[in-house]
Order: sequence, then C-alpha cells, then structure tokens
Amino acid sequence: MAQQTDIKYLTPIAVDIRKKKYCRFKKSGIKYIDYKDGEFLKKFVNEQGRILPRRLTGTSLKYQKKVAQAVKRARHLALLPFVTDNLKSNN
Amino acid sequence: MLNHYETVFIMTPVLSDEQMKETVKKFEKILLDKGAEIVHQENWGLRKLEYPIAKKTSGFYHLFEFVAEGSVVKEFELQYRRDEKVMRYLTVAMDKHAIAYAEKRRNLRKEKAAAAPVAEEAPVAEQPATENTNNE
Repeated sequence: MAQQTDIKYLTPIAVDIRKKKYCRFKKSGIKYIDYKDGEFLKKFVNEQGRILPRRLTGTSLKYQKKVAQAVKRARHLALLPFVTDNLKSNN
Repeated sequence: MLNHYETVFIMTPVLSDEQMKETVKKFEKILLDKGAEIVHQENWGLRKLEYPIAKKTSGFYHLFEFVAEGSVVKEFELQYRRDEKVMRYLTVAMDKHAIAYAEKRRNLRKEKAAAAPVAEEAPVAEQPATENTNNE
C-alpha cells in the first residue's frame, strides 16, 4: 500500500530524448576512408583497440565495412594497435 | 589493364638516413624498370610503431603511388620479401574515390609544406593532433 504522493514540478521533467544517430560519412559526403590516418580511425575503436559496432557509432553498413577494412589495414602497418589498454588516454 | 596502386612499407630503424634513402631509391628503380609510372611518393620518416615488429619499436615509412599492370605488383612484392631491410609492406589497389582522396591529400600537404617549409622533415607533423582524440 504505497502512498501516492502528488508531486508537482515547476519545470517539466527532462525526459531524455535520444538524439538520432546518423552515419557521419553519409552526412558529410566522405567517400573514402584512409587507412593511413590512424588518429581518425581511433574514433571507431574502443580503448582496447577493438572496432566499435555500428550500433554505437551509427555508421551505415556500407561505410562500416570500409571502416573495418581501413582499421585492419592500419593495424597491419602498425598505425593502430591490435590490442592495448587505454588507447585514448595516453595521448 | 592499368591500375592505380598505393604501397606503404616499413624499413628497419637500424638504417642510417643514407641507407634508408638508398633502399627507397632501389625500390623506386625496381618500379620504374617494370614499367610503372610513379604518380607520387611520400617519406614519413622515422615513426613510432603501435606495437613492436621484429623487436623494433619504430621504423621508416615510405609510400609510393603508381600506375601499373596488375602483374607488376606480384613481382614488386617479391622484392619486398627478398629485402630484409623491409619489415612490413602493404599494397592496395585504389578505386576512384581513393584516387580522388589521394589527390586532395597531396594538395593539402603541398600547401602545408609551402606554409611551413622548415617543418617538412619533422615526422611528428605527419599526424596533426585533432581536438577530438579525447572523445568519450
């Protein structure tokens, strides 16, 4: 028997409205993802150096494939690590 | 059929600057001998590797962009494998977007080099630190 309290808010409660995710490549018209730019590719990997899923970054399928390809090429050339800790905090 | 290719390779850091340039020249010559047309080349200088390769933590990077028959690539990569100074290599065929990007990148670098002619040889300047590296 929980007591119902009638709380009145002076300002409307901030219901967190999630921003719609979008594909940054489609939005800004980037056609080619460079494997030589390690700094840029770091946006698509997590702290351990794993590729982030589309679910989190919002990248479209077409470009996610290209991101994955670029990251893998960058890893081969030692521009990105295969595995580490604290990839983003050490620079 | 002629194709656009881009190849990056890493040389061991034990080389002196001169030896490094010699090696680059050697590969350039191999490419030219095989009838490839070199569109562009870049020397990134000594760079730190993200993980050690053959117990080395740094290496000399060099990039060639060339137009050649597909069969040239195979022979060229064989030369990479024969040379023990080369630690890693990667050859990639370029599509039209890649070619467009490479051209843009070239012009950008040229402008930057013109703006700061002294900072050309600094390998650190290769990766401009963007403000969003610390994005959560």
